[in-house]
Amino acid sequence: MAITLTFENTIIPTDKQGYLLDHLLWQKELALVMAENDEFELTEAHWEVIKFVRQFYLTYNTSPAIRALTKAMKAEFGEAKASSRYLYKLFPEGPAKQATKYAGLPKPARCI
Amino acid sequence: MISSDTQIEDNLSQQNGLAIINSKAPFSSDYGKDALDVALIFGSFEQKVSLFFQGDGVYQLIADQDATLVSIKDYLKTFSAFEFYDIEDIYVCQQSLVNRQLDEAFHINDVQVLASVEFGKALNSHQHVLRF
Repeated sequence: MAITLTFENTIIPTDKQGYLLDHLLWQKELALVMAENDEFELTEAHWEVIKFVRQFYLTYNTSPAIRALTKAMKAEFGEAKASSRYLYKLFPEGPAKQATKYAGLPKPARCI
Repeated sequence: MISSDTQIEDNLSQQNGLAIINSKAPFSSDYGKDALDVALIFGSFEQKVSLFFQGDGVYQLIADQDATLVSIKDYLKTFSAFEFYDIEDIYVCQQSLVNRQLDEAFHINDVQVLASVEFGKALNSHQHVLRF
């Protein structure tokens, strides 16, 4: 069932799984509401990934799947944060899937 | 740049994965986007994939195009992310460029321009070929 996303008294259109239909409506406060609805806590480490994923999308016009995400993060943050182990610890349901959601992006088509 | 024969021979002995031929102009149909999706899926699963551009497909590599002018998502921007998908072998048919009076002004680096014979040889070194 679709969950209605309400933010500052406006309804934000999302798909059935809660991903924004228009990534331009995204802002940090909206991500906090989305995470709260999912009972998911966002730490600084989460934000680092979320911001990175969003930047990746704005640059390359695609949401990165897990492998591309780790490779790209390696270039930016170094080896320690570039493992799927690290990312799965932060986002147990799938880093690419969860990080893109809170970054306001479409769910990656090539999912895991 | 045209690769030397020895370079091509070296490449030939290493390759045996999937070749994807792009033969259509970028925004008039879905072919180019579909080809890209297949390439990224293979890359995501560490399968070797090479990209070939020939005929009107060479337009997909030409710089300074803006798909948003025709209200289409610009999938060509995704080409710049190929390194994160281990897509490194990108070949373009020189004759196709010449026929269309196009310069080798590509929007991504490391594109290899090959004469027809070498283009065919490179293609032949792959086990599977998908044409879009």
